Amino acid sequence: MKYPLATIILAPLIGAAILGLFGKRMSERVIGWIACSTVAVSSILAFYLFFNHASTLEQGDKHYEYLFTWINVGSFRADASLMLDSLSAIYILFITFVGFWIHVFATGYMRGDTGYWRFFAYMNIFMFSMLTLVLADNFLLMFVGWEGVGLCSYLLIGYYFQKDFANDAAKKAFIVNRIGDLGFALGVMLLFTKAGTIFYFDDPARGIHGAFNWAMAQTADPLALSAIFAGGITTIAVLLFVGAIGKSAQLPLYVWLPDAMAGPTPVSALIHAATMVTAGVYMVSRASSIYIHAPTAMFIIAIVGAATALFAATIGLAQWDIKKVLAYSTISQLGYMFLACGVGAFGAGIFHVFTHAFFKALLFLGSGSVIVGMHHEQDMRKMGGLKKYMPLTYATMLVGWLAISGVPLLSGFFSKDEILYRSFVAEGLPDSWAKILWFVGAITALVTAVYMTRLMVLTFWGAERFKASEPVLEAHSTPAEHHAGPPRESPRSMVLPLIVLAAGAVFAGYLGVPEGLSGGKLPNYFERLLEPSIASSEVMKIKEAARAQRARDEESDVRVLTRQATETGDAHALERTLTGVSIVFALAGIGIGWVWFNRKPLWEPPRLLEEKYYVDEVYDAALVQPIKQGSINVLWKFIDVHVIDGAVNGAGHLASLLGTGLRYLQSGLARSYVAVLVFGALLLIAYFVIR
Amino acid sequence: MVPLSWYLALSALLFTIGAVGVFIKRNAITIFLCIELMLNAVNLTFVALSGFFGDVGGQLFVFIVMTVAAAEAAVGLAIIISIFRNRESLNVDDVDAMKL
Repeated sequence: MKYPLATIILAPLIGAAILGLFGKRMSERVIGWIACSTVAVSSILAFYLFFNHASTLEQGDKHYEYLFTWINVGSFRADASLMLDSLSAIYILFITFVGFWIHVFATGYMRGDTGYWRFFAYMNIFMFSMLTLVLADNFLLMFVGWEGVGLCSYLLIGYYFQKDFANDAAKKAFIVNRIGDLGFALGVMLLFTKAGTIFYFDDPARGIHGAFNWAMAQTADPLALSAIFAGGITTIAVLLFVGAIGKSAQLPLYVWLPDAMAGPTPVSALIHAATMVTAGVYMVSRASSIYIHAPTAMFIIAIVGAATALFAATIGLAQWDIKKVLAYSTISQLGYMFLACGVGAFGAGIFHVFTHAFFKALLFLGSGSVIVGMHHEQDMRKMGGLKKYMPLTYATMLVGWLAISGVPLLSGFFSKDEILYRSFVAEGLPDSWAKILWFVGAITALVTAVYMTRLMVLTFWGAERFKASEPVLEAHSTPAEHHAGPPRESPRSMVLPLIVLAAGAVFAGYLGVPEGLSGGKLPNYFERLLEPSIASSEVMKIKEAARAQRARDEESDVRVLTRQATETGDAHALERTLTGVSIVFALAGIGIGWVWFNRKPLWEPPRLLEEKYYVDEVYDAALVQPIKQGSINVLWKFIDVHVIDGAVNGAGHLASLLGTGLRYLQSGLARSYVAVLVFGALLLIAYFVIR
Repeated sequence: MVPLSWYLALSALLFTIGAVGVFIKRNAITIFLCIELMLNAVNLTFVALSGFFGDVGGQLFVFIVMTVAAAEAAVGLAIIISIFRNRESLNVDDVDAMKL
């Protein structure tokens, strides 16, 4: 096959086109088959490519696929060309795999919905955009995917467009993302003016220079506030990170993500948990060679990430809506990923993206299964004791809960632990910030375990707090039999994805077992795979160490080797100690949650937390209302009515005045026209004669 | 040999008669004939000057004018007939629907 990467991104687009144009007349079965099979094609191809090229990807090979030159103006060039390296390979693997199973789940979840075809058309466009974002080989094509996923997110949040709250949430997501996108666009423009190119890497075959090759040749900016405004590499890094803040829902632009839960649950799982929101992490890791030269930007990322992680986790502690808990949990986990990027452990961040995709998609789909089983009830106060009714959902949710809480030997444990360890030993941060960041991360791990345990206790254990015959609010039109009776287990098409993802949540972590835990016996495959794609300050350190070693050549080889061994041994011991601490934190969190919420399941959390620190209210008062009032009173009632309408109406008035004067010339009498004609001719003749 | 000035004087006279006719007459047919008169006055000038300068271009122009005049006569008469059918009148002052 000549264009495997193009096929990967185009298969879902073709599916979307078929569904969008002809889907209305198709049966649900056909729609489901088309939607799932196109994603399956992408997924199979992604796996095929990965296993075919794994060894070369590990050595840092990049597979380019040039389609056509998109823009070529002056020195500016952007190609529609795709690139597969180890970073994008990992991303397409889990995007297509998790995406496929969420599509399968959705065929069951959306059954009976009037917009079935519309839903799957949007989902397929989303897959196309996300894969474009990840596979692009330059920033502009990445931006196409970046905006594409934003559009699909908007369309799918506002999927129930008859409902006001869904429309409001969709608009909120779109507008908040615009703020971030502005930063991203400015960052790319500044990068172009500095580096003269928007491609990632050099490609001699096309005569292209890469921005990252440019970045690697720069000297690092100092760690200082002024570097942000100097217009150099730090400014680029900060602007790009603003884009990531918007897309990946970090402080202070996280407010759209909880509201995005207005969309159908598979959407929340696919877009707002597993894939789209990790685009920011992808972009920062992709641009790692820029970030390692901008320590100020790294420091900001680490602080924002850690702050978001703790902040969102505490809010998650106090939500009653099952999906809202998971939404805040997602924000918190994204904070972890940025914390990892900020301390220079991009690989660990991507590893957490990878494991998180499995267990968070699992948790969201599980919650979707619960919601369907409860006849579209999302309030955990009206659940409880569901394990009896939904055993399979319960079992899989159990796996997701343990994974996210950081219980040893499940996927979340390895990735979270790696991040915490790397932030503890982070270098280049001022004072004792590394320890502070680690401590915030560890506390967040504790809080995470508490709120996830609360979710499990309120939903699956304890007393039943629902009435089986109670009439419930319909979220959308489903067949009548879905509206009454006790909770029931979901159909097979929904349970199967849960089982697959649960397996992923258990085993995904073993791809990247941290070296310290295995004592170096199990190779950290994930990190080794990612190493060539990610510029790390570690690489520089190794080079420096090599140089120092050459200087100490006279020292005996044996002594050097033993010293190195003790150094790595010390590092491993430290990592094991920290792991022990985080295991204690996780188990303590689970214990606290278990004891507390089993005793008082309906414990009223502090109002400050339940009201989400009043952030929405503050934004409303500080930003939304001033803009609204300014628009109404200044822009509308003065500028629009008086200035713009005045100018338009004035032009009309002028024309009609002129017309009133000129219309007397048209008498309708042919002979008067002749008279005018002849006199005109005579005047002309007179003019020429006299002159 | 008739001198050139005589031709030009006759032509001017014919043109003036035509122009004045267009001015003062109200009957559409008469106006139409006056227009033809003006065209032919110009033709006379062309032919006279062509002979005077020994340049055949003037005569060529006359043929073009005559062709155009013939075409114009066909269209003009058709319009006049259609006006008469509608209004039962050939007075151009009655045809003033275009005034404000």
